[in-house]
Amino acid sequence: MTTQPIAITPRLRARTTAALGDERLGRALSNAADTFEQRRAIATAAFVDHDQVRNHARSIRADVLSRLPDLLEEFADRVIAAGGHVCWAPTASDATNYVRDVARRRGAKRVVKGKSMLSEEIALNPALEADGIEVTETDLGEWIIQVANETPSHIIVPAIHRDRGQIRDALNKVAGGDLTDVPEELAAFARAQLRAKFLEADIGITGVNFGVASTGSCVLVTNEGNGRLTSSVPPVHIALMGMERVVADWDQLDVMLALLPRSATGQAVTTYVSAMTGPRKDGERDGPDEFHLVIVDNGRSAVAGSEFAEMLSCIRCGACLNVCPVYRQIGGHAYGWVYSGPMGAVLTPLLAQREYTTANELANASSLCGACWEACPVGIPLQDMLLAQRRRNAADVRPTEEAAWNAWAATWSRTGTYWASLRTGNAVQRLLGDNLARLPGVGRWTDGRALPPAAEVSFRDAWRRGDR
Amino acid sequence: MTNVALFPTCIVDAVTPAVGFATARVLTRRGCEVSVAERTTCCGQPAWNAGQAAAAATVARTTLRGFEEALSHGADAIVVPAGSCTTMVRVFWAELFELVGEHDAARRARLIASKVYELSEFLRTCEPVETQPPVGEQVRYHPSCHMLRELGLRDEPIAALRGCGIDADPGPERCCGFGGLFSVKLPEVSVAMADEVLDDAVADGATEIVTADGSCLMQLATRAEKRGLPLKFRHLAVAIDDAEQR
Repeated sequence: MTTQPIAITPRLRARTTAALGDERLGRALSNAADTFEQRRAIATAAFVDHDQVRNHARSIRADVLSRLPDLLEEFADRVIAAGGHVCWAPTASDATNYVRDVARRRGAKRVVKGKSMLSEEIALNPALEADGIEVTETDLGEWIIQVANETPSHIIVPAIHRDRGQIRDALNKVAGGDLTDVPEELAAFARAQLRAKFLEADIGITGVNFGVASTGSCVLVTNEGNGRLTSSVPPVHIALMGMERVVADWDQLDVMLALLPRSATGQAVTTYVSAMTGPRKDGERDGPDEFHLVIVDNGRSAVAGSEFAEMLSCIRCGACLNVCPVYRQIGGHAYGWVYSGPMGAVLTPLLAQREYTTANELANASSLCGACWEACPVGIPLQDMLLAQRRRNAADVRPTEEAAWNAWAATWSRTGTYWASLRTGNAVQRLLGDNLARLPGVGRWTDGRALPPAAEVSFRDAWRRGDR
Repeated sequence: MTNVALFPTCIVDAVTPAVGFATARVLTRRGCEVSVAERTTCCGQPAWNAGQAAAAATVARTTLRGFEEALSHGADAIVVPAGSCTTMVRVFWAELFELVGEHDAARRARLIASKVYELSEFLRTCEPVETQPPVGEQVRYHPSCHMLRELGLRDEPIAALRGCGIDADPGPERCCGFGGLFSVKLPEVSVAMADEVLDDAVADGATEIVTADGSCLMQLATRAEKRGLPLKFRHLAVAIDDAEQR
């Protein structure tokens, strides 16, 4: 198992085209996205002044990031004071090695997991499985895709790409073919299967939605109760937290908890909000004997000092995926990486620290429409960041393209040559100039679209000769 | 009398001159003295959105000077029949010039921003013109993304259309899929996005789509043409001008 956090896959366009050919995927995506988006609109309309809440949340996240090292120290100190262990993991492999060491020391054979995108990012499951450990995902959506041998296609709704018939087919691999596609039946089957896994697990592993520095509490937001079972039934609980996911205190947490479920699933509050502070204490009836917190950097520190620092404000609600017109067409797998949609397109190349240049092309998977920014509960200007990444990519990726743009600029920065350029060629040639129009790919306009007719006489010339 | 300098935009110059003339007539009917901002070319947005800031600044610099010249020749306002180009000038020019280190140009861009209006936004400041109620078309207004989210112009185009008797139905706030070079970098996705906008309009009974951006119009109309959809397309300026000519 390498430490490479994310897979390198074929080119973006090939993946998007394949996704577009899947009609079932298209229906599943638009149904789910519409439902979540309608619910989100209703849930956020409950705020008297949504913009004010959003600005407040944005300032809280900015406050946290401005003193992140101090808050993390405070958080870790409180976790240790509560009897927990803390691992600072600079890289993905540092994090997975720590978890493997705990498992080895405990002689663990079986692990249950709550949903954690960070564990996908650091490729934890394959690392544990390589050590002969059975890993079971306990979030229903995660379990479905684990059984189907897939990766999550949405950060909140991992199996969003599957319709109920496809979910039945996946679970029938376990059930042996007796299940129908009635949701209650599928859920009851999963519940019975997973209940046994909780009871026999040696270690429970969860993510952390928010770490509260003032008390050392790890907060989990779930709907299925699997997070609570994972963290409290097995004798060991390991919580994985991205280093940016801390808040100063419970007042800040309050604002985040008001926004996260509303933005993610359109719920005012989720079914379970669990806060764990260290392992079980003397006299307590529930909870693990051992608690470990793994604070993962894996590229985040480098983001903190960059023009993309605000990306660390992201609370992983998925609202930007649900409103994105591109995600809506192609789904998460077409992005080719762990995180998808607008937040994934921004974050992936940042975490990869430019090591995997194919992640850079994700900045092109956007029309820069800004729906992501409008939906973001903490106001991250995602479309501005995608544009900033295009600028960064332009500097070193496509010299031919840059030369063509400079030729275009030379023509269009003088009125005389601009006017002349409006007189010849087809519409694309007039708008882009010869150099740009000759770039590979520009001819694709007419794949699926008619060529707009160029004006017989340009507006400028017609106006100048007196047309009105 | 308001002196208005029209910034036609490159799409109007090269592809749809009728939009430029319609804009001029609509403004003239409202008592404006209309000229064309002669020494302008393009706002630079095609290059800006491609991540080519230097090329974008080279072009934007020319048009910035052209705007200053128009204002110094007596124009009170610069009107643009395109939400996207208006956004480029008002929102992104200052950022662009700062990025390439042209701080003076950035300062001048900020100064000029308050004089630049998208067409329907400007029409709100004008006295209404008498029109005959139109017949026939079920009009869907397609909101363009920059105009909606960067400029916050949500009601203005609908109001402008209603003002001349066109009861336009505001469509979903979903991108048409143009996105500049996005339309050719991922053409299949771009076209699928257009299809969703077109199919929504048809399903809701629209017979015509009106939008305030020539780029969205070009994307939607050329896709509809390829599919043979029975939809008409008009730019906002043309729709208003037609209503007022009846």
